[in-house]
Amino acid sequence: MAKNLTPKNTILDAKQMARIIRRMAGEIVESTKDSSRLLLAGIRTRGVPLAEKLAAEIERMEGVKVPVGVLDITLYRDDLSTIAAQPLVKATHLPRPIDGCVVVLCDDVLYTGRTVRAALDELVDFGRPKAVRLAVLVDRGHRELPIQADFVGKTVPTSQDEVIEVSFESTDGAEQVRILERKPQR
Amino acid sequence: MTAASATRWTRKDLLGIAELFPEEIALILDTAESFSEIAERPIKKVPTLRGKTVLNLFFEASTRTRSSFEIAEKRLSADNINFSTSGSSLEKGETLVDTALNLQAMAPDLVVIRHGAPGVPQMLAERIEAGVINAGDGAHEHPTQALLDAFTIRRHKKRIAGLRVAIIGDIEHSRVVRSNIHLLTKMGASVVVGGPRTLMPVEMEKMGVDVAYSLHEAVRDADVVMMLRVQLERQGRMAFPSVREYFQLFGLTTERLKGAKDDVIVMHPGPMNRGVEIASEVADGPISVILEQVAHGVSVRMAILYLLSGVHDEVA
Repeated sequence: MAKNLTPKNTILDAKQMARIIRRMAGEIVESTKDSSRLLLAGIRTRGVPLAEKLAAEIERMEGVKVPVGVLDITLYRDDLSTIAAQPLVKATHLPRPIDGCVVVLCDDVLYTGRTVRAALDELVDFGRPKAVRLAVLVDRGHRELPIQADFVGKTVPTSQDEVIEVSFESTDGAEQVRILERKPQR
Repeated sequence: MTAASATRWTRKDLLGIAELFPEEIALILDTAESFSEIAERPIKKVPTLRGKTVLNLFFEASTRTRSSFEIAEKRLSADNINFSTSGSSLEKGETLVDTALNLQAMAPDLVVIRHGAPGVPQMLAERIEAGVINAGDGAHEHPTQALLDAFTIRRHKKRIAGLRVAIIGDIEHSRVVRSNIHLLTKMGASVVVGGPRTLMPVEMEKMGVDVAYSLHEAVRDADVVMMLRVQLERQGRMAFPSVREYFQLFGLTTERLKGAKDDVIVMHPGPMNRGVEIASEVADGPISVILEQVAHGVSVRMAILYLLSGVHDEVA
């Protein structure tokens, strides 16, 4: 957590998160005729544990092992020429060719929509999926692009001074979603 | 790996390995690791350097390095322009400084330069705003080659620290060896250079490496054997009586690799002189990683172009 951020309140605890992810997994299965064509693609960093959890729930419900891929969208960002130093690039890995698949992009928070735009651009460099859907744990509003999610865990109205912090056991050692407030810099 | 990777790149230029910190080397290698996946995609191109211009200035012949840079630039969607000695203004009498100022006026974002004289990339870097990448300057440095060698070693050995690396051949005329010594010793490997006395410069011992004057001695217990090209065209005087004699004494054969570790790998920066410094049975054999080096060169150069193309604070 950055220094100028203070926690305001916890919106989801571990139990609520698990319940929401279970519901989202159900919705994904319900909306897809052939679950053997599903591929979950987590956007680094915290879209990855979300994708893994969704895949585990789908396997539990349907007995189908859904492949999980990882997208690093750094090279597709639209702000590379304006930010200070080049951000670290990590690898993208898709476990199978995406042609004909229903790819579900997974991310923790949907905000401006710019990350999703970059992920869509990256995805088409790998092939032509049958369809691309978007699953997010939290939709916090303030879109800057015409992008909407197909599967939403929780919609949280926020102000732009707030930050949504999603924590997963695997990446952060805890499972929760909190709202943090940006303190004015002195 | 001994060094953790730095979290950000702060330099405008990549002029040599000598001035780099181990963390910066690790950052380049880790970034290259991420880029290597792009070569396996159906569409081998990312939009990252869209709208950036890269000038490739080659004042010396080069096939591998130049095409490797060109591919790396194209895979990053940069626009590139190639200059080579023949037909350039330098042949028409323009000074290097004037060439630099003219290039600056074209406002490129990055300049890749190879030149026969050591220090030319640095001179250029001090005079132009664009980031400068040294693609080989005289017998001084060839940083991108050392980085792709290190990348290849790391792929096979999972580390660099603690390895024994033998670099054998024409040490005197090699810029590859200087960059490699800097890099390997910074990353914790132990280096031995081997070759005939007539091609062994005195400063080698000062660079913190062991010196061997026979092939047998040089390859002993080596994890990596790196053969250097005998640069026949750079030799003003004859350093050895004949190519046949050179091969008999310093040419790498399967038989002569016996003192090395069982899992030794053999490298060569290219272009190879088969039957001079290396026998075909080794170059084409299972322990040779020579063509992998070429493939990794593209990923490493993509990583460097990416890191240098950022907006830099005046830290470095």
